[in-house]
Amino acid sequence: MTDAMIWLVALPLAGALATLLLPRSATAAAIGTGLATTIAAGLLLFGVATQGAQQYEIGGWTAGLGIALRADGLSALLLMMTALVVLAASVYASAYFKRPFERARFWPLWLLLWTSLNALLLSGDLFNLYVTLELLGLSAVALASLGGKHAAVEAALRYLYVGLLGSMMFLAGVSLIYAGYGTLDLATLARVVEPGPVAWSALAMMTAGLLLKTALFPLHFWLPPAHASAPAPVSAVLSALVVKAAFYLVLRLWLDVFANVVTPVAANLLGLLGAGAVLWGSWRALQAERLKLLAAYSTVAQLGYLFLFFPLLLALPPGPARDLAAGGLVMLALTHGFAKAGLFLAIGIIQQRCGHDTIRELGGTAQRLPVTIFAIALAGVALIGLPPSGAFLGKWQLLAGAVATGQWWWLVVTAIGSLLAAAYIFRVLGHAFGHQPYPNQPVTVARDEWPALLLAAMAALVLGLAGASVWELLEIGT
Amino acid sequence: MNWDTWLLVLVVASSLLPGLVIFFLREDSHRLRTLLNLAGAIFKLVLVGILIWGVFHEHVYETRWTLAPGLDLVLHADTLSVLFVTLSTVLWLVTTVYAIGYLENAAHRSRFFGFFSLCVSATVGLALAGNLFTFVIFFELLTLVTYPLVAHRGTPEAVRGARIYLTYTLGGGMLLLIGTVWLYVLAGPTAFVEGGVLSSLPAEYHPQLKMIFVLLIIGLGVKAALVPLHGWLPHAMVAPAPVSALLHAVAVVKAGAFGIVRVVYDVYGVNFTDQLGLLTGLGIAAAITIVYGSVMALFQDNLKKRLAYSTVSQVSYIALGTAILGPIGTIGGIVHLVHQGIMKITLFFAAGNYAETLGIHKVSEMNGVGRRMPATTLAFSIAALGMIGVPPVAGFVSKWYLGLGALEAGMAAWVMPVLIISSVLNAAYFLPVLYRAWFRDPGPAWPAEHIPAARLETSAALLWPPVVTAILALAAGLFASAPYSPLEWATLIAEREYGL
Amino acid sequence: MMTAQWLYGLTGCLIVALGLRGALLHDSLLQRIVAINVMGAGVFLLLIAVAYRGPGLAPDPLPHALVLTGIVVAVSATALALALVRRLHAERDDD
Repeated sequence: MTDAMIWLVALPLAGALATLLLPRSATAAAIGTGLATTIAAGLLLFGVATQGAQQYEIGGWTAGLGIALRADGLSALLLMMTALVVLAASVYASAYFKRPFERARFWPLWLLLWTSLNALLLSGDLFNLYVTLELLGLSAVALASLGGKHAAVEAALRYLYVGLLGSMMFLAGVSLIYAGYGTLDLATLARVVEPGPVAWSALAMMTAGLLLKTALFPLHFWLPPAHASAPAPVSAVLSALVVKAAFYLVLRLWLDVFANVVTPVAANLLGLLGAGAVLWGSWRALQAERLKLLAAYSTVAQLGYLFLFFPLLLALPPGPARDLAAGGLVMLALTHGFAKAGLFLAIGIIQQRCGHDTIRELGGTAQRLPVTIFAIALAGVALIGLPPSGAFLGKWQLLAGAVATGQWWWLVVTAIGSLLAAAYIFRVLGHAFGHQPYPNQPVTVARDEWPALLLAAMAALVLGLAGASVWELLEIGT
Repeated sequence: MNWDTWLLVLVVASSLLPGLVIFFLREDSHRLRTLLNLAGAIFKLVLVGILIWGVFHEHVYETRWTLAPGLDLVLHADTLSVLFVTLSTVLWLVTTVYAIGYLENAAHRSRFFGFFSLCVSATVGLALAGNLFTFVIFFELLTLVTYPLVAHRGTPEAVRGARIYLTYTLGGGMLLLIGTVWLYVLAGPTAFVEGGVLSSLPAEYHPQLKMIFVLLIIGLGVKAALVPLHGWLPHAMVAPAPVSALLHAVAVVKAGAFGIVRVVYDVYGVNFTDQLGLLTGLGIAAAITIVYGSVMALFQDNLKKRLAYSTVSQVSYIALGTAILGPIGTIGGIVHLVHQGIMKITLFFAAGNYAETLGIHKVSEMNGVGRRMPATTLAFSIAALGMIGVPPVAGFVSKWYLGLGALEAGMAAWVMPVLIISSVLNAAYFLPVLYRAWFRDPGPAWPAEHIPAARLETSAALLWPPVVTAILALAAGLFASAPYSPLEWATLIAEREYGL
Repeated sequence: MMTAQWLYGLTGCLIVALGLRGALLHDSLLQRIVAINVMGAGVFLLLIAVAYRGPGLAPDPLPHALVLTGIVVAVSATALALALVRRLHAERDDD
């Protein structure tokens, strides 16, 4: 099963080359690559679940000089989510882009993005993380600019600028770490890092850079324009996966590598910013005129929830309570990934069929596009955190952690955020229904509606009902 | 296949699966839709029959599914759940028939019946919930699936009414969730056990337990329409009559009241709740609601709004019964859960009949309707007399037990006046309606005669349900001491709660 | 020499700070891109300083590899940024 790790990086890379060299069969090559990569992700998940954490040294060179790929429960889960979301979005994209030259530009960049995501999730040392982070940023920017219009290019340029700034700060932090400890391997660093000025400043630089990339309030300003102007499948992946990758890095650094360096004060700062994100993002989403802008601000808010966990995780002593909370965090991240991707794909369908995505003019969409509206409703349930979605279980852990550690204010923030989310989701649904009767035909699911529906169902139903296995998987490796 | 584990899942699935299929049907496939609806309802009735027999003989049915470490989704059938499940199932069958007649030629029927079935599934799941966590899950699901039903007509008032409904219920749901999480952190997973599980907690937790209780009751009280959380109910009257019938008699309001019963009896335990001094507070809230609802009902000319405020008032009898310490008061509250359901649904069916057949929406338009629609009006009259508390209709039995229980518990000083005042008020807003219907001459023409008088006064699907439920209301009162009657079952529940 | 290493290192930090200031304060996107490149140069200088192991010893190859990779990445990123700026100007000219 360790080979699966290499396949996860090699397959999409080969696919990117194939789609570049064979533009006419690009779509088929892309979908084929997608299926193969998803199978590899499944095999890796299975391998981690049965045999424990996996490690692969590229070229046989040991860690220190060589590049090691590592997979534990957390990365295997995220890799699986990435694979499923990208596959679904790929199926959608094959129908979304109508003109051949659009497709010729799209597929290589798309598969390159997937390569960098997988490589990032599998990286075992800091420099590899830097390289994959840059690769991710560049392909994401290029994809975001595919929208073509002035707004899209401007948003993409701002995204690039922010991304580069973040990466440079990250690299500065990496240099400090190497200066202080002489190694970049994550596992080794976790053992040797001590609290001190080197560790603090390195962590601060790296975190600052990553917070820019994960769009934590108040560094979120670049996200709504970029995600709202990008083509629908690109928005889906940007919101669901790319910002999560940066968050994953913050999580790894804070909980694994620098675990004995982080202080409750710093964690509370992250929590505070997260609270700001939840409240501000939800508020702006409620005021949004366009669906895509609503979804983008919703991403800002949902990422805020993830950061609310940090003060709780640090206040809980290591043990079952902390594991429960960490599992809730991952559950929330996974559910959001699926739900937000499904939402953006559904919005894409509305944009294509209705010609616009203005919320006020959605009347009658429920009758014309019942399956799409249903997908939005399911995704909405997961975003609000209502049962039976996975987000409900995640929010439960957030609330329970807040009560258990006596930090009541996070509970209030979560409650207000959830109610605001309910407000903006049901506002959309309220506008979508209208007076016209349903056309007298059985409800069918069009080919491009399946991905949105399945992703939303994954978030709202599957993760909620099968959630217990997430906690079991997270036990592995961390 | 382990019957004990799967029976409860089947009970929920018997309305869930047909509902999901119905969503995909064409608008004009009446036969298939009706077939699916009725087949599901009858199948569920059969399963519930088996369940009643089993639980009576102390058989244990339980289904457990782990959602997260320490959080189990549990379906468990005890006497109280069987009571509510039976009520829901019987009334669902009747309401389905009624809805088929009411919505003939209406738009969006597939969507309606789809959500209708999901609503019953959520109610049944809630009834069968074996711990507070599961209860909260189904409680929130109920909110989600009833929203499209309230907004069904799609008019601006309907959408606005639905939005108000959602605001109240989601807000209440959040408070309920917070209370549940807090309780979970203090006391672990709280399974529903007769007599409650919290009395063994150390005394330093008591202040927190009191606050949790308040949170839970507020969260549940929104759906149960406790004053001042009842504001959504009159606005939700924009829904079609079958929805109002279901929401008031069976699903939403009852779910809130059922939740209050569960929290007091099976989480805290009635003795412990009294020890904490919370029982009196609950009783006062219930009493205020009873009187307020009745007073407001007096001033409503719109028939459905009058019935809505009547619901606000009547459901709080259940909460009042819960607040009266002692088995007799308990019986009164629990049996009223069933009796009020049957009587209120009859009233809403009748109101719907008046609107659909003759375009009557207001009490002032009801002059002489008894001559034009005698069966419907007779059913309405029986139910109304039951609401007032006139024997031998079922309502009398509940009020009798409530009064007797209050005497026994030494709370007669303030409970009896509340019961008497509310009965007087009930008479004040029902008797004039009956007088108009039977003894006044009808006006020159009905507001809008949609269904002309033929052999039957209105369509069969609209006529039979209220007649059937009126007969049930009468039977529940006349045969109250028969085995398997609601009263006998409530007595069984009280015995198990108090350990008698 | 020890002082050379510190000189390189501190200069590197200074250049990073200057680049950061420029990136945050300049209005024109082109100037910001240049500022980020300056930041990058500062980080590379820092890495080169870190690579020093002592008089007469060969320097540590790892930071050199990091610097080379970093330069490649910075060039690619700058190329993309310039392409986007050109596209933006082309769009503005069209309007």
